Amino acid sequence: MYDLVTGPFAWVAFGTFVIGMIVKLVSLIILARKKDKVVFDHLDLGWSIRSIFYWLIPFGSRGMRQKPVFTIISFAFHVCLLTTPIFLLSHNILWDEKWHITWWTVSERTADYMTLILIGSAMFLVIRRIVSPEVRIVTTAYDYILIAIATAPFITGYLAYHQWFDYKTILIIHIISGEVMLIAIPFTKLSHMVIFFLSRSHIGSEFGQRRGSKTW
Amino acid sequence: MDDVDVDTEFIKETLKALKGARFKAWLQICAHCGLCADSCLFYLAHDKDPKYMPSYKVAKTLGKLYKRKGKVDRGTLEEMAEILYGNCTLCRRCAMYCPFGIDIAIMMSAARIICCSQGLAPDGLKATIENVIKTGNQMGMSTEDFIETCEWMAEETEEDLPGLQIPIDKDGAEMMYTVNAREPQFYPQDIAEAAMIFHVAGEDWTLPSVGWDCTNLAMFAGDTKTMAKQVKLVYDAAERLGVKKIGITECGHAYRACRFEGPYWLGFPGGEPPVPVVHSVELFARYVREGRIKIDPAKRVTEPVTYQDPCNISRSGGLAEEARYLVNALCTDFREMEPNREHNHCCGGGGGYMPMGPRFKKRRLESGRIKAEQIRETGAKIVIVPCHNCFDQIRDLDKEYDLGVKVVHFKTLISQMMIIPDDMKPNQQAS
Ligand code: HEM
Ligand code: SF4
Ligand code: SF4
Repeated sequence: MYDLVTGPFAWVAFGTFVIGMIVKLVSLIILARKKDKVVFDHLDLGWSIRSIFYWLIPFGSRGMRQKPVFTIISFAFHVCLLTTPIFLLSHNILWDEKWHITWWTVSERTADYMTLILIGSAMFLVIRRIVSPEVRIVTTAYDYILIAIATAPFITGYLAYHQWFDYKTILIIHIISGEVMLIAIPFTKLSHMVIFFLSRSHIGSEFGQRRGSKTW
Repeated sequence: MDDVDVDTEFIKETLKALKGARFKAWLQICAHCGLCADSCLFYLAHDKDPKYMPSYKVAKTLGKLYKRKGKVDRGTLEEMAEILYGNCTLCRRCAMYCPFGIDIAIMMSAARIICCSQGLAPDGLKATIENVIKTGNQMGMSTEDFIETCEWMAEETEEDLPGLQIPIDKDGAEMMYTVNAREPQFYPQDIAEAAMIFHVAGEDWTLPSVGWDCTNLAMFAGDTKTMAKQVKLVYDAAERLGVKKIGITECGHAYRACRFEGPYWLGFPGGEPPVPVVHSVELFARYVREGRIKIDPAKRVTEPVTYQDPCNISRSGGLAEEARYLVNALCTDFREMEPNREHNHCCGGGGGYMPMGPRFKKRRLESGRIKAEQIRETGAKIVIVPCHNCFDQIRDLDKEYDLGVKVVHFKTLISQMMIIPDDMKPNQQAS
C-alpha cells in the first residue's frame, strides 16, 4: 500500500496538478484572447506587478490594513501551507531517496510549530465562516470541504510525526490526503494559487494603466 | 412552468457570449471570504446586513443565471432585478478590496443586460432610453429647443462678457463640448457658465446640434443597442465637425461612457475613442495651470469646502489629483472626506440610481447615509461635485440628513471667481 501511494498515486497526483494547472492557465489565456479584448488592450507590467505586490505582502493594501486580525491569520495560514511541506526534513529525505534532490530544511521542531499554526489558523477560518454573517451568507459546504482538503495533510502529518494511533495507517492517510489536495487544486477555487496572479494583473492594469487608479 | 414572458433562448445566448475568461476565473476563484463586504456602501448603510455584501449579490444574480444555465422564470428575474438595480450602484469600490480583484460591478452590469432584455429595467431608465431612441438625448429635447436654449444663454451672458458666443456646429473647432441633457432642460445656467469659462480661456469650441448629450443611462439600464447608439452620436458629431477633442461636462458616467466604455461597444481598436475625450475637471485644471484662467485671490472661498470624488471620475476616471489641484486653487479651507480619492464611497445616486424613478427614492436616501456622514464629519459648508448624479443626490441628502451644505459644480465657482481681462469687460462708455 505504501509503495502504491508513494509510487503511481503520487505520479498521478503531481501530474494532475501540474498538467491541470497548465491546461487551466493556457485555456484561460486563449479564452481571454478571444473574448476579453479589454484584458490585453490594457495589460501593463508595472501596474500588474504593483497590484500583485501590494496584495502579496502583509498590510500592503488598505483592505488588509482595515482587517489586521484576519490578515495576520490568513498570512500565517498561507505561509505555513506553502512552506511546511516544501521544507520539511522528512519530505526532503523522501525526495532524496527517490529523485536525489534536496534543498534547505527547517528543524523538526519548527515544522511542528508551523503545522500547529496552520491547523490553528484553519480553525479560525472555519469559526469565522460560522460566526461572521457576511461570510456565512456566501459559505456553502464546498467551502468547508476545501478547507478540510487543505488542512487534512497537516493534521494527519502531525499525527504521523507524533506517532499517535497506528503510524503506518496514518502515514498512508497522510500521503493520500496530500495527493487529494494536489488533485483538487486545478479543479476548485484552490486554483487561486495561480489565477491570483492573473486576476490581479488584470485588475491592476484595468484600474491603473487604463484609468490611473490604484487597487490597493 | 409557464415562461411565455421569458426569452430563455436569448438569455442563454447572451450568457454564453458574455462568459469570457474574466467571468470564468472570477466565478471560480471567489474564496467566499467576505472581505468585500465592508467596502460596499449598501452593506454599511444597512447596518451590515449580509444580504447587501457584494459577492452574495453576484451569487444571487449572475452566479444563479450561470448555474441554472439561463433557465429562470419571470419571478426569479424580477427578484434579480431588485438586487441588480436596487442594491448596487456599480461603483466598483469592492474590486479594490477583494484580494483577487474580482470586479463585482462588471458582473452586475452583465446581469443587468439580461434583465433589461426582458423588460425589467426600472421605469425611469426605460423612459430615458425611449427618449434617446426618438431624439438622441435622454430628455427627449428637440434640436430647435436645444439651440434656442443655447442662444438664450448666450444673450444672457453677453451682458457680462460682450462678444461671448455659444457656437453651434462650428466646423474645425478645437473642441466639441458636450453636455448632460439635464442642463438645457433644467439648468441652462450650466451651459452659460461653461461658455463664460471657454470665452475667457480663449477656447476654440463648439456644441453640436446633434450628439450633444454625452450621458448614457442605457449603459446602466443594460441596453447594449442604445448605449452604443448614444455614444456613436457623440463620436459621429466630433468626426463630422473635425474637432481635435471632445469635452465632457461635469458628469461622471458620461465621461466613463465616452472615454472608456464606448470604444468597446463600437469596436474601436485599443479601446480608445476615435477623438480624444477630456473631462471638465481635466480641462479646467489645465486652464488654471496654463494661466488661461486666473482665479481672483480675493474671491477664493474661505468657508470650509469638501470635495466629492465621483466614482466615474476618481476611481474609474483617474482624475482625483486634477480635481484637488482645482479645489485648492478655488478655496482656502479644503477638507478631505475620509476615505477619499479612489477609495471614496459612492454617493448612492450612481449606476443610474438617481433617474430610476420615485419607487427607488427611499432606498437611495437610505444608502446615501454613508455619504451624508462622510460630509458631516468634514464640517464643510460647501461640497464641490463635478457630477450631475452626485450633485442631485447630495442635494437630496442635504435635505434628508440636515447637512446644511451648498452643493456646487466647479464651473459655477470658476465662472464667478475668474479674473476677467480688461479687454473682455463690457465697454463702460457704451452703456
Ligand atoms: C501564492 C499562492 C496563494 C495566494 C496568493 C493565495 C491567496 C488567497 C487569498 C487572497 C484568499 C482569500 C482570503 C484569505 O483567506 O486570505 C485565500 C483563501 C484560501 N486559500 Fe489561498 N492563496 C495561495 C495559495 C493557496 C494554496 C496553495 C492553497 C491550498 C491548496 C490555498 C488554500 C486556501 C484556502 C482553503 C482558502 C480559503 C480560506 C477560507 O475558507 O476562509 N491557498 N487564498
Ligand atoms: S459595485 Fe459598489 S455598490 Fe456594487 S456591490 Fe460593489 S461596492 Fe457595493
Ligand atoms: S472579497 Fe473577493 S474573493 Fe472574497 S468573497 Fe468578495 S469577491 Fe469573493
